[in-house]
Amino acid sequence: MSLLTPEEMSLKVQNLTVRYKTGKGVLSAVDSVDLELVKGKIYALVGESGCGKSTLGLSIPRLLPEDQVEYSGKIIYKGTDILSLDEDGLERVRGSEFASIFQEPLTSLNPVYRVGEQIAEALSVRASRQGYYTGGPVQKPSAAKRLFGFGTDSLKGYSSNLRRFFPRVYDLLEEVWIPSPRRVAEMYPHELSGGMRQRVMIAIALAGSPEFLIADEPTTALDVTTQIQILKLIKKINKEFEMGVLLITHDLGVVAAVADYALVMYAGRIVEEAPKDELMQNPLHPYTQGLISSFPKGRKKDYTLTSIPGTVPPLGMYPSGCRFHPRCPRALAGCPTQVPPIVEVSKGHRVACLLYGGA
Amino acid sequence: MVKLFPVKTGLTETILRRTPDQVHAVEDVSFQVMKNETLAVVGESGSGKSTLGLTTLRLLDPTSGKIWFDGQDISTTPESSLRSVRRHMQIVFQDPSSSLDPRQSVFNSVAEPLGAAEDTGAARKKELVAEALKAVGLSESQMKLFPHQFSGGQRQRIAIARAVILRPKLIVLDEPTSALDTSVQSQILLLLQKLQKDFSLSYMFITHNISIANYLADRIAVMYLGKMVEVASTSELIDNPLHPYTRILVSSVLEPGSTTGLKDVEVRGEIPSNIHPPTGCRFNTRCPYAKEKCSTEEPEQREVRPAHFVSCHFAEEIAAGVNN
Repeated sequence: MSLLTPEEMSLKVQNLTVRYKTGKGVLSAVDSVDLELVKGKIYALVGESGCGKSTLGLSIPRLLPEDQVEYSGKIIYKGTDILSLDEDGLERVRGSEFASIFQEPLTSLNPVYRVGEQIAEALSVRASRQGYYTGGPVQKPSAAKRLFGFGTDSLKGYSSNLRRFFPRVYDLLEEVWIPSPRRVAEMYPHELSGGMRQRVMIAIALAGSPEFLIADEPTTALDVTTQIQILKLIKKINKEFEMGVLLITHDLGVVAAVADYALVMYAGRIVEEAPKDELMQNPLHPYTQGLISSFPKGRKKDYTLTSIPGTVPPLGMYPSGCRFHPRCPRALAGCPTQVPPIVEVSKGHRVACLLYGGA
Repeated sequence: MVKLFPVKTGLTETILRRTPDQVHAVEDVSFQVMKNETLAVVGESGSGKSTLGLTTLRLLDPTSGKIWFDGQDISTTPESSLRSVRRHMQIVFQDPSSSLDPRQSVFNSVAEPLGAAEDTGAARKKELVAEALKAVGLSESQMKLFPHQFSGGQRQRIAIARAVILRPKLIVLDEPTSALDTSVQSQILLLLQKLQKDFSLSYMFITHNISIANYLADRIAVMYLGKMVEVASTSELIDNPLHPYTRILVSSVLEPGSTTGLKDVEVRGEIPSNIHPPTGCRFNTRCPYAKEKCSTEEPEQREVRPAHFVSCHFAEEIAAGVNN
């Protein structure tokens, strides 16, 4: 295993376009996107519903249904274009290089297996990829054994293949701040709270020892106090394992709390990107400005909230030129016809808007 | 003016044993909503805030306790007699896709309360619907369209039009912006502000979002596991939270432009079940200040500061920083 520099370990998305084949024709959800994720940093991909952020997040490990999607452009990682990989190549990338967690852990976790076993399975897959002997293919206990359950020996229900991973399972559960790991490992997903389930998902993600974590709205379905716990956990993982994180969210508060770098998406395009503090203090794109000022930050007696007029255009009905122009309070004459090029305004701060050049 | 007193609602869950388990959705809650005011009811899952909203309007019946509306006791009024009161109390739900009948035109949905409340002629109905649509920023020409032809934000406006058409006194809003995109959320909040002014409305605004409560509400009531743990004016509650749960909740708020990142908020444990809530103070299992008394004795709601009510045995000590 060669030691690569953080730059060599980075993920470079180049001119990526992702199109869905729909009943209304082939519609592009992600349009000519360039982005770079450097290992060890937390990137927030911000946008409202339908902007393409989830599509972009799913594209990196190629988790979209291949028969319904068309890609163009490149996703370069460790010298390889992920878009050119076959299933075998992808198997090596998913989980071991990129792990994903999603909004609703109930749909990601298998309801009929205990969580400890699901984590053990992830460990087993990783071990077999690395060439370690795992005792052959993973054998699950027979249905009859499962149905009648077992006694107090918690590990009795598992095949010997998975048993060997359990010490590490308990380690991982502790790593994600789950109390009483031995007890929780025996539980089924439905017996756990939303916050616990999401932590189990993170444990499964960690099991692969990935370089990057792609988290798609990981805290949106959780209570406010649970959200804090999960975000703290993600930050801890980022620091401890130098794991790059792509955090997809619509919540600017979350961005402010954890991101190093923020990218704003609108209608399939990245409209602005900058280090988090720079973006919050000096937003350049009118959409970013609108988004930040429509977040209530004071009381009605002290100030009036502002909002962005109009609504987000649906897929396939994107305006020409700059897609934000019909809602933009500062639109110029050229905006309806010209796609604004990305301009670097200051170090690390890029914006796609004719107000800043490129006209 | 709307006044409410102890409302105890237990929703019976499954009967697996001899004594049926009950979900203690709302327990011993007393509060008031004044004319022209916005009271935000804030809480997380299992807090009972939605149940409280529905029960206030008698959409659910309270297990015990009283509800006064405009001086009238409506706690046990039979359905048939409630009609005349109902026109003054309306509701807006979280999901505009499920609260609007997809097979009814906008006109029919918005006009529906008119049919229930009084006999209005067709021409007058059309007039009132047009007025209501205009008030929420939609146009008369959209009357014949159907919900699926609108965006989420627009559908919520339709639901609001339906709620204001009878010029009610009180509107209960249950997470009205939670299902909407951020940029649309603020449009709806501004609309609600405007309507409150134009029509002298009172709002009971149920939300988990403290930033919104801070912006829109005059007073905030905090709920935890069926209990109302703190009530105060917005500035009092946010700037001087007294209940340990409120303090955690307020420090869990994340806002753009904040430079403190994830503050040193210690959030312990998880929300317990409300079928078998903890004994004594329901928050005691997670409270950093809990003492023995907290697990045996339920705290009473007390006025610890002027017009600032808290249910905590040690509110004063905690505030003074003495109790650790």
